[in-house]
Amino acid sequence: MAVYKRTYAAYEGSFTPAWSRFLILPRYSFARLWQSKFLVMFFMACFFYPLGCIAYVYLANNLSILSSFGIPTPLGQILKVEPSLFLYFCWVQAAFTYLLTAFVGPSLISPDLVNGAMPLYLCRPFSRTEYIAGKMSVLVFLLSLVTWVPGLILFVIQGSLAGWEWTRANIWIAGSIFVGLMVWILVLSLLALALSAWIKWKIAAGGLVLGVFFAGAGFGTALNSVMRTKYGTLLNLTEVMYTVWSKLFRVTSDSGIPVEAAWTCLAVVCAICLWLLARRVRAFEVVK
Amino acid sequence: MDPIIELAGLSVRFGNRDILHNLRVALSGRTIGLLGPNGAGKSTLIQTLLGFVPLSAGSANIFGHDIRKQTRELRALVGYMPENDSFIANLTAVSFVRMMGELAGLPPDAALERAHEVLFYVGLGEARYRLLGTYSLGMKQLAKLAQAIVHGPRLLILDEPTNGLDPPARLRMIRLIKEMRQTGGMHIVVCSHLLRDVEETCEEVLILKQGRIVHYSNLEEERRANKRFVELETVGEEKDFAGALTALGCECVGAGLGRFKMVLPADFELRDIYRLAAERDLQLRRLNYRRDTLEDIFLKAMEN
Repeated sequence: MAVYKRTYAAYEGSFTPAWSRFLILPRYSFARLWQSKFLVMFFMACFFYPLGCIAYVYLANNLSILSSFGIPTPLGQILKVEPSLFLYFCWVQAAFTYLLTAFVGPSLISPDLVNGAMPLYLCRPFSRTEYIAGKMSVLVFLLSLVTWVPGLILFVIQGSLAGWEWTRANIWIAGSIFVGLMVWILVLSLLALALSAWIKWKIAAGGLVLGVFFAGAGFGTALNSVMRTKYGTLLNLTEVMYTVWSKLFRVTSDSGIPVEAAWTCLAVVCAICLWLLARRVRAFEVVK
Repeated sequence: MDPIIELAGLSVRFGNRDILHNLRVALSGRTIGLLGPNGAGKSTLIQTLLGFVPLSAGSANIFGHDIRKQTRELRALVGYMPENDSFIANLTAVSFVRMMGELAGLPPDAALERAHEVLFYVGLGEARYRLLGTYSLGMKQLAKLAQAIVHGPRLLILDEPTNGLDPPARLRMIRLIKEMRQTGGMHIVVCSHLLRDVEETCEEVLILKQGRIVHYSNLEEERRANKRFVELETVGEEKDFAGALTALGCECVGAGLGRFKMVLPADFELRDIYRLAAERDLQLRRLNYRRDTLEDIFLKAMEN
């Protein structure tokens, strides 16, 4: 129908498959997010450390380059690629994703709630689960690009430089990078979405994403001191995550909490966040 | 005609409070009005039909689809314009309507084309690249209408479509509803507490009060029936005027001071009244069809 006619006619074309519709939300969200210069610059800054790691891995596997620059060989021998390198990589990138989430996460659900957009989404053949999956995929895509994707690239580069024997012996590191960082992304995304759903003011929600970690660490330390226990550390999500990563990267953890307790803690946090989202993401608001 | 909306003992309960109680009706009109005072349960009924609110008892079908079991299929057939301010921040109208079209299942290119079409259709063509946040209330209402029709629904549910509109914008909205009814091949449910809006646009009316159906009426039939009721005012000697009318098959009652109320038979010619009056040298000062307005129907329903 031509625009100039300005009459109404029903749509008679084809429809997209229902399973793919949750991907519409990240497409529109990214279009909006990349309009922020700050986000673009910060996103680029997230790749400095991976680039540094790649340079390190290259030098560690090409000590002759150091010699050609007149750097003594003993210094070159310090450069070793061990599982801890990948653990530190996760640690640093996780810090970047933490800030990235605090910036991006609050703008995902709270504007829809503030502007009463929920009925518009949910009156279509589009469920609450798809809505949450769509919003979550924004963070999952974004955080994956700065965490496990460069992590696996780093692993592949190391493997290609160190040879097949090294790759075969250390293939578990690739699995640890993927699993460890995906768990982190999952926890962070759910936490950000839950806070975004409950706190309508974006700045406050962003602050609370940061605050949950700092406040948790503070309460955990206080609890450990008062109760003379180590389980207060379970309130410190950073330490909990580090415990899980240490196990995955076969490094000794000094957090003092069992890895099973850490996994359980993460599962509980995810469950609470999902419950909070289920309570809030509705077509209508229950007013008591 | 197959019913569009069929309610079979539908009840909704929030906590200990009955919001909708045992609603039973089959609606098949092209445009259906949902009327009732504030808090009657109109919006809850709409939200229940859309599957937002769980039923506590009974069932409901739209186009034969059970609202509990076939919610997804049902929502593909329905367009909904909510009552309250509803939009997505930081989007232009065309992006907003396109996105809503895509969520309804339209491919991106088709959704973009439809978004332009419906925005022109509702009268936002020139403002379609403006951010929704900068729209006036009337423009937001039109944008909400555009998103509701972008995917070509078979049933359009409008919740208070003229809320907050100035008179020209209200007339425009009414005109659009009438036009869609006639040309779009869709069924429309208009939920409003403004009787005039419903009277102008609807064929069938369902009146709710305290979560119960207090009246159902087919306005078309009511209008036809009203044509048979006549009120007459005369001046002069009546001279068995009422008896003459009764002899012609009218049910005629004198109301005193030259006034009569009559129910005309189906094949009655109005000129017979003038003839009888002329024969008796009786002046006819006023001849009115009874106009039982929706307001009368509504008030009676509320009294009952």
